[in-house]
Amino acid sequence: MTITSNRSDHVDFGRRQCVIRLGAMSARASWRAIVVVTSLLAGALVIAVVAVGIGKYTVAPADVLGVLLGTNTSFDRVVVVEWRMPRMLMALLVGAALGVSGAIFQALTRNPLGSPDIIGINYGAYTGALVAITSFGVGYYTVAAGALLGGLVTAVVVYALSYRNGLAGYRLIVVGIGVSAVLNSVNQWVVIKLDLHTAVTASVWQQGTLNGLSWAQVLPMTVCLTVATLALVALGPQLPVLQMGDDAAGALGVQPDRARLAYLVVGVGLIALACAAAGPISFIALAAPQLARRLTASPGVGLVPSAVMGAVLLLVSDVVAQQLVTGSELPVGSVTGSLGGAYLVYLLVVQARRR
Amino acid sequence: MTLQTPVAKAQTTAPRYVTPRRRVIGLVLAAALLAAMCVASLAIGTENVTLSTVWHALTDYRDSGDQWIVHDLRIPRTVLALLVGLALGLSGTLIQAVGRNPLGDSDILGISSGAGLFVVCAIAFFGLTGIWTYIWFAFAGALFAMVLVYLIGLTGRATVTPVRVLLAGVAVAAVLDGIGFAVRLRYPRAFDNMRFWDAGALDGRGLEVAAAIAPFIAVGVVLCMIVGRSLNVTALGDDLAKSMGGNVARTQALSLIAVTLLAGAATAGAGPIGFVGLMVPHAVRPFTGPDWRWILAYATAVAPALLLVSDIVGRVVIRPAELPAGIVTAFLGAPVLIWLIRKRGADRS
Repeated sequence: MTITSNRSDHVDFGRRQCVIRLGAMSARASWRAIVVVTSLLAGALVIAVVAVGIGKYTVAPADVLGVLLGTNTSFDRVVVVEWRMPRMLMALLVGAALGVSGAIFQALTRNPLGSPDIIGINYGAYTGALVAITSFGVGYYTVAAGALLGGLVTAVVVYALSYRNGLAGYRLIVVGIGVSAVLNSVNQWVVIKLDLHTAVTASVWQQGTLNGLSWAQVLPMTVCLTVATLALVALGPQLPVLQMGDDAAGALGVQPDRARLAYLVVGVGLIALACAAAGPISFIALAAPQLARRLTASPGVGLVPSAVMGAVLLLVSDVVAQQLVTGSELPVGSVTGSLGGAYLVYLLVVQARRR
Repeated sequence: MTLQTPVAKAQTTAPRYVTPRRRVIGLVLAAALLAAMCVASLAIGTENVTLSTVWHALTDYRDSGDQWIVHDLRIPRTVLALLVGLALGLSGTLIQAVGRNPLGDSDILGISSGAGLFVVCAIAFFGLTGIWTYIWFAFAGALFAMVLVYLIGLTGRATVTPVRVLLAGVAVAAVLDGIGFAVRLRYPRAFDNMRFWDAGALDGRGLEVAAAIAPFIAVGVVLCMIVGRSLNVTALGDDLAKSMGGNVARTQALSLIAVTLLAGAATAGAGPIGFVGLMVPHAVRPFTGPDWRWILAYATAVAPALLLVSDIVGRVVIRPAELPAGIVTAFLGAPVLIWLIRKRGADRS
């Protein structure tokens, strides 16, 4: 593996780049993006170590590190490893999945508001998950398959309904809002009809929550995420090319329709994974790619920075949710909803000022 | 060619014969529909009641058989649905008329979220559980959210575009709903019997709630009657309205008060119910034409009927459990939103 900085290279990207080569594969990234991603990861690690110790049974950060390094084998170990670590890991994994999914959709629609949680894909995935639970019973893979199917059907319906002599951004979004409202009704209907949980639990899960997740969910989630990551690696760097528009993409050797379909499937798959594990958590997919893009000062949304940003955002939101309302479990989706809604307001104001 | 297209479009979409007679007949039909829905609402439910029992319960009430179901449960519920439906329909019409925004109603634009959040805070932090005390918070919240949404929608532009206001409403609603949810979870005991805040339910609210919101809705109706005529002038745009002698600022101010009262009272009475106010003006326009006075008149009959239908559907689909009316209205109304945005050509945004 070689890393070269291309200051003396022929192409001027306008900022310092580095090229990583591993055998036949290579990737190019700006140094700024690498620094941002690294510091976000470090921040996530620090937050995770501190947060894993907070709760009814407090563990000091030093003791948490001891547990992780294997030197601390007291009751702390049970608390950290058995009780709190799965939730922490799931927050990171689900957040990363949401961030990447948001980046894919925003790149495909070339619109920050085209993210899957605005246009209703996550509600569709949740509907699919509910239907799978009611027909085939609870099991991560069946629920994930149901969510995937629900998400795909919703994506096709939303695109079909908003397509009319092209895909105008605002029409996609309003159709998505309408479809979300219908699916939300359907979801509530299914939940009430089958009395899946008591009313409170149902409304908590519908907001999106990480409560009650254990190691049993971490492994399948990791497997599925790995598959999705491999698929994205196999697709190569076609997403930035697609963002240039179909003509330019075609000229640069990308088949726009095929590439779009492939990315759509992966994007829906990722949001479906997140939904199957934690319900329809909103606004992470909207905010993570945009925040990452601003931090890395890159021209388009990038997948890796979005993934890391999504993981950090969901982790922080979950910590906030746990600390804000002690006793009863505040669903993380209600925190991300508020924060993300505020971010959407900011986005609208900034967009308006720029014009 | 480019010049002819809009004209041809306008001709095909405009209703062909909106005669005064057609308007009156339509209004009578709407009133008949409303009356039929009232009777249906009294009779249909988890326990179906015969029409003769309904009649006896209404005319000479004796505590026998199923009469108490009609008297104690269905009458308060139907009255509440009538009032809330009226308020939703009129506020939605005003929002669409004054905002010149076909994509608006009190729920989609986050107004009911604002009212809901303020009421939740009043109950949680000040311990106000009587409707007479927290209804004032509903008005304050409605006004707060409405001003916020329009400030965000207005930034940076001379004219407000419907989609931007809609997005601002969605964003503000997300923020306010999230906060409200957190507060409710923090004080679960204060909200034991306030299930309706989740999805807009009409059951179990009693006649005193209806009595409390009725005066405010009455004031809202009077304000609608006052501004009705000037809405048609306002619809032409600020400049043209002024040149025709209309007082745009007065119309807007009165409408703002009316929407605050109507949407606040509806939310205080039944929680957030969406899409009724969105649907009604579009549904009645084939009968009324573009005259906002007639649209308001129709809305007084059609909106309550629509809410009653939704409530009845909610009672029937998952017997013996019930689906809150707000969920049914969203299911029925969201396709209207999709249809509207598809109908509007790609030339406008």
